[in-house]
Amino acid sequence: MAEITSLRNAIADFVPNGSVVALEGFTHLIPFAAGHEVIRQERRDLTLIRMTPDVIYDQLIGMGCASKLIFSWGGNPGVGSLHRLRDAVENDYPKPLEIEEHSHAGMAARYAAGASGLSFGVLRGYMGTDLEAFTNVATITCPFTGEDLRAVPAINPDVTIIHAQQADRNGNVGMWGITGVQREVALAAERVIVTVEELVDELTATGPNNVVLPSWTIDAIAHVPQGSHPSYSMGYTTRDNVFYTAWDRISRERDSFSAWMDRFVVSVDDFDGYLRARDAGTLLESAGA
Amino acid sequence: MPETDYTTDEIMSVTAARQLHDGQVCFVGIGLPSEAANLARLSHAPDVVLIYESGTIGTSPEVLPLSIGDGELAAQADLVVSVPEIFAYWLQAGRVDVGFLSAAQIDRFANLNSTVIGDYHDPKVRLPGAGGAPEIASSAGEVIVMLRHSKRAFVEEVDFVTSVGFGIKGAGREGHRGTGPGVVITDLGVLEPDPTTYELVLVATHPGVTVDRVVEQTGWELVVADSLEVTEPPTSEELSILRDLKERTARAHGG
Repeated sequence: MAEITSLRNAIADFVPNGSVVALEGFTHLIPFAAGHEVIRQERRDLTLIRMTPDVIYDQLIGMGCASKLIFSWGGNPGVGSLHRLRDAVENDYPKPLEIEEHSHAGMAARYAAGASGLSFGVLRGYMGTDLEAFTNVATITCPFTGEDLRAVPAINPDVTIIHAQQADRNGNVGMWGITGVQREVALAAERVIVTVEELVDELTATGPNNVVLPSWTIDAIAHVPQGSHPSYSMGYTTRDNVFYTAWDRISRERDSFSAWMDRFVVSVDDFDGYLRARDAGTLLESAGA
Repeated sequence: MPETDYTTDEIMSVTAARQLHDGQVCFVGIGLPSEAANLARLSHAPDVVLIYESGTIGTSPEVLPLSIGDGELAAQADLVVSVPEIFAYWLQAGRVDVGFLSAAQIDRFANLNSTVIGDYHDPKVRLPGAGGAPEIASSAGEVIVMLRHSKRAFVEEVDFVTSVGFGIKGAGREGHRGTGPGVVITDLGVLEPDPTTYELVLVATHPGVTVDRVVEQTGWELVVADSLEVTEPPTSEELSILRDLKERTARAHGG
């Protein structure tokens, strides 16, 4: 059964140093508030898993929380590079980052296998690419047709963290819109933390694409309104594309990145402190946005 | 009415849009492909079906998305499915007619690199990586590549094969369900693979672009078709639809 608790307690209880952690959300419902809390609690040596590292992992990697990244597309969508990720891979700064990369289809198959309790997923993919030589993928032959297919190992995170629109009083979680791999990554994990926009008496399915995760599949729920900013929560907030564009300038240099993280993430008490800075218009002032 | 006043990006988008037909199912990426696909939908191909890898199927966004998963795409979609489903049930199963791809590098056999410049373990430039590209390149019925022409991008051999065109040294596409890149659209012209050797051949230049310039911006000895054509310039209607779309987009994204 899910316990409704504070985000601070959930991270303290379920995300020890060295954990294998997936903070998912395919562009939509990215758990930024949880990422900030992991940074504030100074977690180290995490293996971070995410299809699209996005700004959330740029922040975690730049702050030195990760020793390994498993991913499939590491850019700032529609904007350009993730500069902190690049600095880690190209220059070992702030520390070396081991990477294991896949295709989106491969990562999706890995999560689905993890959720299914299987040791591998299978797909028609990777064929003829150099990924075959550089990542964890193997050729298998279909026992029924003889076709050569590819196998990828299941992903089973120690802890998965996702954001959703709603939880009811019993801890059932409801989400809709672009749900990405939310269901698979939750069911694949040992522990699941969910941050939600709203606590409701009854889930209201306003769609499209409603997904419900029952309370007994979840360990901790924290009520964090706007906890996906600058990503979004359909029906509650919209994607802050101005922020994503400004992130390019904030994160380009090590100093400007550190100053920004210190001011808006490390030295605030919680995500409300960050949101207050956003509402006061100070969040992007160093980027001139 | 043909226009003479347009940008190189605009002629790329217009040329790519003209490749799409009504009723085709098109897997779209962000940037110029998204611009081209939506231009097609808003002009000559209103019934083109646009799919984005975020799981949005049959979407008709009012403005161009900045990311592959903007709320606009979900709100305007016929249906939204999970990411495992979009790749397995829709792309892998062969329900996509046309896939759009771009890259940092392309070689003479249309293999694409979006992973790394330089050595993989000690990269000069770390690029975003594969995303949906390898399986789009493999499973979409055919592929349209959009890429700005330069010697840095059009290279003899890519540093990393992220997505297969026609294989190393044109080895072919055994095991892949789709037919691969049918056309490469650049800011200078249009290339197509030779049907027997699979080598990319320059088949058209955009108005005002000389063959010499294209050859000079290509990192291998570029073959030029005997029947070289000149791209039809964008019409005023195409340009006005495209510019309206981009203006709406800029307003929506606060740009």
